[in-house]
Amino acid sequence: MNIIVLSWRYLWSRPLAASLNLLLLALGLASISFVLLVSQQINRAFERDLAGIDVVVGAKGSPMQLILSGVFHIDAPTGNVPLAAVKELEKNPQVAKVIPISLGDSFRGFRIVGTSLDYIKHYDAQLASGALWARPMQAVLGSQVARQTNLKTGDTFAGSHGLGGGGEAHGQTPYAVVGVLDASGSVLDRLILTSTESVWKVHETDTALDAEDQKILEEERELTLALIQYKTPLAAVTFPRFVNATTEMQAAAPALEITRLLSMIGVGTDLLKALAGILLLTAGLSVFIALWSAVRERRADLALLRMLGAPPRKIAGLLLCEALWLALLACVLGVLAAQGVMAVAAWALQAEKSVVIGAFVWPIELIVVPVVALGVALAASALPAWEAYRVSVFELLQSR
Amino acid sequence: MISSRQLSYRYANGPALDFADLEVAQGGVLVLGGASGSGKSTWLALAAGLLQASSGDMLVAGQDLKRLDKVDSDAWRAKTIGFLPQKLHLSTALSVYDNLALAQWAVGQKTDDKSIHAALAALGVNDLSERKPTQLSGGQAQRVALARAVLLQPQVILADEPTASLDDDAASAALDLLLGTAARLNATLVIATHDSRIEKHLEAVSRPFSGIKLASSPINTGVRRS
Repeated sequence: MNIIVLSWRYLWSRPLAASLNLLLLALGLASISFVLLVSQQINRAFERDLAGIDVVVGAKGSPMQLILSGVFHIDAPTGNVPLAAVKELEKNPQVAKVIPISLGDSFRGFRIVGTSLDYIKHYDAQLASGALWARPMQAVLGSQVARQTNLKTGDTFAGSHGLGGGGEAHGQTPYAVVGVLDASGSVLDRLILTSTESVWKVHETDTALDAEDQKILEEERELTLALIQYKTPLAAVTFPRFVNATTEMQAAAPALEITRLLSMIGVGTDLLKALAGILLLTAGLSVFIALWSAVRERRADLALLRMLGAPPRKIAGLLLCEALWLALLACVLGVLAAQGVMAVAAWALQAEKSVVIGAFVWPIELIVVPVVALGVALAASALPAWEAYRVSVFELLQSR
Repeated sequence: MISSRQLSYRYANGPALDFADLEVAQGGVLVLGGASGSGKSTWLALAAGLLQASSGDMLVAGQDLKRLDKVDSDAWRAKTIGFLPQKLHLSTALSVYDNLALAQWAVGQKTDDKSIHAALAALGVNDLSERKPTQLSGGQAQRVALARAVLLQPQVILADEPTASLDDDAASAALDLLLGTAARLNATLVIATHDSRIEKHLEAVSRPFSGIKLASSPINTGVRRS
């Protein structure tokens, strides 16, 4: 007989009450865990896709829209910019690297992105099969695209106009799949990558009426936007101002815009946290009431323990141990439930071709959950334990 | 050995009880009689160190209870007193065996398998050790409670109304069990009761027991010695 076994038996001597309390506390802890996991995952997804991109240059409009469309591929672009203007920026001494991005077409909801091979290198993506493109009209698929469209190396497909799917099909200019990327957890997973020239080719042959028309189109070639890496951090002070003031384009700093976005989402997660907190408080209160009433029900039993010679601290320890059992079980159940919901959310977001979040990650922030559970257990058992101290053995043994 | 002199206890906002001087030798039997509310249970609680006397002396197994503070009294009570309350308070969350193990846990002893089974066997309930208290008959439950009370081989056994809810045969059996157990351990036995059957029974079997005292009430008016 020891306190751990004894408290376990006492806990389950009232199975219904114990189960209900366990459920309540687990729900409270699950909501806390879920909010923690979501906010951590969203932050990480943003950070991963943003890494190494100092500034995004594109058509004037909302800077946040430019970032969302150009970096995360979850919004429509602000418009197009002339290729010549971007070429001009490449010559700027503050610029280390320019990755062109051309949007416009999609295949079954996945964006076809005209870019350079630098884009793949930037995210350190590795080929799962096939090769990178060497000529226009060759395409490399992100892992999720390959999985959901069942396309593989050697297949061909025709893009359709627009980013949402359901647009006019570019049937005359099919793409050949030459490679499939490994999953990298970055935005590349849900993109179809090809050379910038492919995107031009699709639209020019589609709309050009004659050779002269074709030539004019070629001179007026455009990009959607460009991802730029600086040579020196100092460029962050002058380069965006230079672009915004002297060109028809705008420069948006992703770090700035995402901080703004996260602070807007932050209000939402704060609200969620508050709700989870209220749920937890309710659960804590119910555990408290349950322990309290358990102590009242068992007052005579506790008095008998005193009669048998157990000092008050031993009885207080027993009650505390019972609460700790509840906390431990609720902790395990709560975190598992949150991870389960998270896995479903990750699957759903992936199906919607939205931000990629990972399931079953264990961020250090989750340490909050056992700490909170412990706190609830301690608080809930403190008063009953104190009551056990004051219990009048004689009167309780008399009560019948 | 128990002796009380000039003992009185005052309940807060309640009656004041002045007790007759009582004395019983080690291994003797003392019966506290009298109607409900005459102070029997209070006297038992004073003897067990559960209550502190307002004045007077209570000497139990060589210990002056005035000199015990609250923490000491728990440890002292555990090794000296075997208490059989009227309501048995067997924990329904635990098996019969674990109810006895609980008594050892309460005083910080390791579970001693041998002594638990010996205590159960001495009262003829060892084969019930895996049952829950809810699966026991009244008589079986009382045997288990007695086994628990005497598990730590106390020098004093205090029994509060041990026959109150039993029929004649069961009451006799319960008394024989108490007397037999006390004799086996050479423990002083104090029975608080208003059950007249006990007096008759004890008179019938009194010869082997020395020092039986029958008090019609512990209150300072009627102490009757046999």
